[in-house]
Amino acid sequence: MIQLLVFLPLLTALVAGLGGRIIGHTAAKALTTGGLFVSAALAWVIFTGFWLNDTAGYTVPVLDWIESGGLNVKWALKVDTLTAVMLVVVTSVSALVHLYSWGYMEEDPSQSRFFAYLSLFTFAMLMLVTADNLVQMFFGWEGVGLASYLLIGFWYHKPSANAAAIKAFVVNRVGDFGFSLGIFGTFLVFGTVSLDAILAAVPQHSGQTFSFLGSQVDVMTCLCLLLFVGAMGKSAQLGLHTWLPDAMEGPTPVSALIHAATMVTAGVFMVCRLSPMFEASPTAQAVVCVIGACTALFAATVGMVQNDIKRVIAYSTCSQLGYMFFAAGSGAYGAAMFHLFTHAFFKALLFLGAGSVIHAMHHEQDMRFYGGLRKHIPITFWMMTIGTLALTGFFFTAGYYSKDAILEAAFASGTSHGMFAFFVGAFVAALTSFYSWRLVFLTFFGKPRWAASEHIQHAAHGDHGHGHDDHHSHAHDHAHDDGTAGYHPHESPLSMLIPLFVLGTGALLAGWVWHESFVGAEQGAGFWRGSLAFREHLMHAMHEVPAWVVYTPSVAFFLGLGLAWHVFLNKPSIPIWWQKEVPGLYQFLLRKWYFDELYDAIFVKPAQWLGRQFWTRGDQQTIDRFGPNGAADMVVVGAGLARRFQTGYVYSYALVMLIGLAAAAAWMMR
Amino acid sequence: MILSFMILLPVVAALVVATLPGGDEERAGRARVVALATTLVEFVLGIWLWTQFDQTTSAFQFTENLPLFAPFLNWSLGIDGIALMLIELSVFLMPLCILASWVAVKKRVPEYMAAFLLMESLMIGTFAARDMFLFYLFFEGGLIPMFLIIGIWGGARRIYASYKFFLYTLLGSVLMLVAMLWMVNFAGSADIGVLSRTDFPKEAQFWLFLAFFASFAVKMPMWPVHTWLPDAHVEAPTAGSVILAGVLLKLGGYGFIRFSLPMFPDASAQLIWLVFGLSMVAVVYTSLVALVQQDMKKLIAYSSVAHMAFVTGGLFALNTQGIEGAMVMMLSHGLVSGALFLCVGVIYDRLHTREIGRYGGLADTMPKYALVLLFFTMASVGLPATSGFVAEFLVLLGMYQTSTWATFVLTTGIILGAAYMLWLYARVAYGKAAGDDTRAMPDLDAREIAILAPIILATLWMGIYPKSFQAPMKPAIAEVVARLEGRELATVPTDMTVSRTLAPALPAIAAPAHAAESHH
Repeated sequence: MIQLLVFLPLLTALVAGLGGRIIGHTAAKALTTGGLFVSAALAWVIFTGFWLNDTAGYTVPVLDWIESGGLNVKWALKVDTLTAVMLVVVTSVSALVHLYSWGYMEEDPSQSRFFAYLSLFTFAMLMLVTADNLVQMFFGWEGVGLASYLLIGFWYHKPSANAAAIKAFVVNRVGDFGFSLGIFGTFLVFGTVSLDAILAAVPQHSGQTFSFLGSQVDVMTCLCLLLFVGAMGKSAQLGLHTWLPDAMEGPTPVSALIHAATMVTAGVFMVCRLSPMFEASPTAQAVVCVIGACTALFAATVGMVQNDIKRVIAYSTCSQLGYMFFAAGSGAYGAAMFHLFTHAFFKALLFLGAGSVIHAMHHEQDMRFYGGLRKHIPITFWMMTIGTLALTGFFFTAGYYSKDAILEAAFASGTSHGMFAFFVGAFVAALTSFYSWRLVFLTFFGKPRWAASEHIQHAAHGDHGHGHDDHHSHAHDHAHDDGTAGYHPHESPLSMLIPLFVLGTGALLAGWVWHESFVGAEQGAGFWRGSLAFREHLMHAMHEVPAWVVYTPSVAFFLGLGLAWHVFLNKPSIPIWWQKEVPGLYQFLLRKWYFDELYDAIFVKPAQWLGRQFWTRGDQQTIDRFGPNGAADMVVVGAGLARRFQTGYVYSYALVMLIGLAAAAAWMMR
Repeated sequence: MILSFMILLPVVAALVVATLPGGDEERAGRARVVALATTLVEFVLGIWLWTQFDQTTSAFQFTENLPLFAPFLNWSLGIDGIALMLIELSVFLMPLCILASWVAVKKRVPEYMAAFLLMESLMIGTFAARDMFLFYLFFEGGLIPMFLIIGIWGGARRIYASYKFFLYTLLGSVLMLVAMLWMVNFAGSADIGVLSRTDFPKEAQFWLFLAFFASFAVKMPMWPVHTWLPDAHVEAPTAGSVILAGVLLKLGGYGFIRFSLPMFPDASAQLIWLVFGLSMVAVVYTSLVALVQQDMKKLIAYSSVAHMAFVTGGLFALNTQGIEGAMVMMLSHGLVSGALFLCVGVIYDRLHTREIGRYGGLADTMPKYALVLLFFTMASVGLPATSGFVAEFLVLLGMYQTSTWATFVLTTGIILGAAYMLWLYARVAYGKAAGDDTRAMPDLDAREIAILAPIILATLWMGIYPKSFQAPMKPAIAEVVARLEGRELATVPTDMTVSRTLAPALPAIAAPAHAAESHH
């Protein structure tokens, strides 16, 4: 069953990708989408087995892979509760995104390629979550990186999309650099890369030291931190986050699947998978916790001022990933996975909803040109509202359960970094509420501000450069003073709305249904069954935190909502006044704390400068000058031959060689 | 006699090709057919060799011995797993090279084909030679056809390029020959098997190692004696580049594993800082240089130098994973960089320029080509499931046990490699076409697909199930590792390696109680 689940997407991807031209778009789309729904059904069957029954974890070997000396890596599919959770998330969101793309990508000339990439991505992600060893996890890790690269750069005519794709791959490679060193070190210490064997041997290596870069360091801390660098790259944590906002260059379904629900959570999954190792190193846990908290704060501050609807959600994703990491760093791996699970529903919902808005607004993504859309696309509006309620943690939505669990766990962990994370997290919850409602208010409320948008003008004036030929009926000739430019947005087709309904249901109910399983003090241990480190006493402590801790997230929710309402609906002049009065802070946030500028100045530019120096000064002016060219000059000065004959030196070379051999023979036989 | 036959058949074919009767056109056509047929027969023989090969022993197989000038220059042949796999690589690439030259080469076709056939013979001879002087003859002789291919069929600066190539290799080979003379004098035999078991005095090993190093480092090429490679590649015709990158660059690595490691094990262990140091510089330096290249072939040539640094790094990890990884890297790089040069050749044949800026938008106009190029780009950056990953992974895993510093620096290669390869790909395949002539280029034809498809399959096979390729080499590598066991590793002030002797069980981890003692 698990083999079919994992390899079906690969098969359909290959058929759709290589044979797309032969079988046609519709067949390619039907095949990939159908395959994913089969996989999703199987995933739910497997998950239900772990959720309701006491299915034991198992591993299905597939093929030998790399054997060398003591190293023995196999292709194998490992299934336990942790994997089952990921299987459900990955295949469900992927299947819905496939379905959604029927409508969203309808007019794209390379649809079958798009669907092939989506399925290929799903396969790689499934290999990642079913990995029974670190190397196969790395295979999935790189495979999703490749698919992400291809999908970000899907519209490869745009230079910005190409740049974003390369950036995503290269920044992730920086993370992979750490991940690789972590794998090598793990093999050196444990003598194996098999997850089961490593985790079982953690106690006996705990507290040991080994030599790394010339100094003696604690084994677990060093390995965990190296592996965590990989997680930081994939999950866009502070420092290695710069690729994620740019990745929004990809089509919106991609953002929902890869850059919200699945791939970016791989880092969290990895930390949870290796949680017994992290448990053995308080230092590593503290680092994970602090970096997660800082990321949550950083991304939320930047998200508050972005104008591109997708970028706001991207920074929100970055920020929520920070929550997951500080949950893991506080020792609440169940809570981290729970937030990963609920986040997949509501963030995919928000992205697909944003896609529906963008679809309705003729590819306009700038919220400054939105406004008043709730009357025109009411279904999308309600679904986006559900997603926002879940994200901001409104009572009894999915995010309410998972975010509360994280904050309470951070508080209850009793460590100073946990306490730091709690206060940062509570503050960020208010920011989250603020920027999320800002998005809703700017998009769906107020008066239409579409007239200034180039995209809308194109649509309204019958310019069909974007190929949306269903818009010309909406162009009217009379003057429009209502800011609409005569444009009438219309609701998305059913193929795009059905996924929204399904995800909306999940965003409302997933927390209520599963919170006892994921983070319940009684049921949790029985649910996870050792697939991650589950601290029961921490889960108990979560229920004994002071009342003000419990109410903090709700207070944050209302604070953010109220502030957003005040400045964007009640007094819209405030944001403009603010931009004028504190331009330094505004620019600092708008430019994302100047990370891109900084990296360009300290990495990209120097690398190119060094490359040019090595090439001209090193190779040409030093090595060649004193090496072959110098020798050539001497030859020319001395004799002036060799170079005149096309192949003259060949003879001289052969001669030297033969003379040498003759000398050898003579010497031997003397 | 199979090895002799495989060596002599191309020589005979070369003679036939060179002396074909008829007019120019007729001769050219016949030369192509004869060359292709011969290389295909060689390929079939190579596969037969593989099926008959006993994978359980490190002993030389298919041995034959004809005393020519006994006791010192004998026609003594035989292969172990290492030699076998490199012969497989050669006979696999050769028919593809002939096919790649099918229409691209128009000048003096029979002579061109003869040069390639001759080269095939010399390459097989190099790997099959069991006599050190016979090896030397093939090893150095193999360069002569390459000089001719670059010097006659090359680009505008071909004379300069082949001259540079010649000068570098000459220097190394003279020193190596002197060292060989001394060794044979000491051991009383030129048999490689005997020499591999001879314990040379430690002081002598040091000098012998350096003499061989001079030759192998140039062939690899290692930094800083690498500058002949970009020029040679740029000027060589496509098939010449394929053989140069695919097989000739492997001669250095083969030399290290056949001679340096088993014959001078003490010196190898003492001088790893030299090899690691140069490898570290090479990866960072040449990767950065590759980043700023405007010429496709130069870019790939510089990336080759970086990849070859992984080979030297892996070999001098002096353990099973490192050496096996280095061997896989040689095979993988032979396939992947060969294929990359073929890919450059495909568009060079259409537009007659290697300048990256003249291309663009090929994903629109040449979708099949764009897909193939993407595949080899990813194989080059070592994406898992391609051969490049298995190689890089094993090399770095092996090196990590010897020196974390060297591993740390070499691993940065996976970041830089991704940067220059993806940027190359984006400039060639994505964006918009640079001109109408670029847009008018036709997609891959059947012949080009027939050349590239087998390499794709081989690359995937080696990436997903490398066992098939590793199995024959394991006993031979185990023997090399056994020779190295117990040798004292160099200690470097920066603690580039921990001071210890090479042993099967690595005492690299200190238990908490003894942490202080074991830390030097």
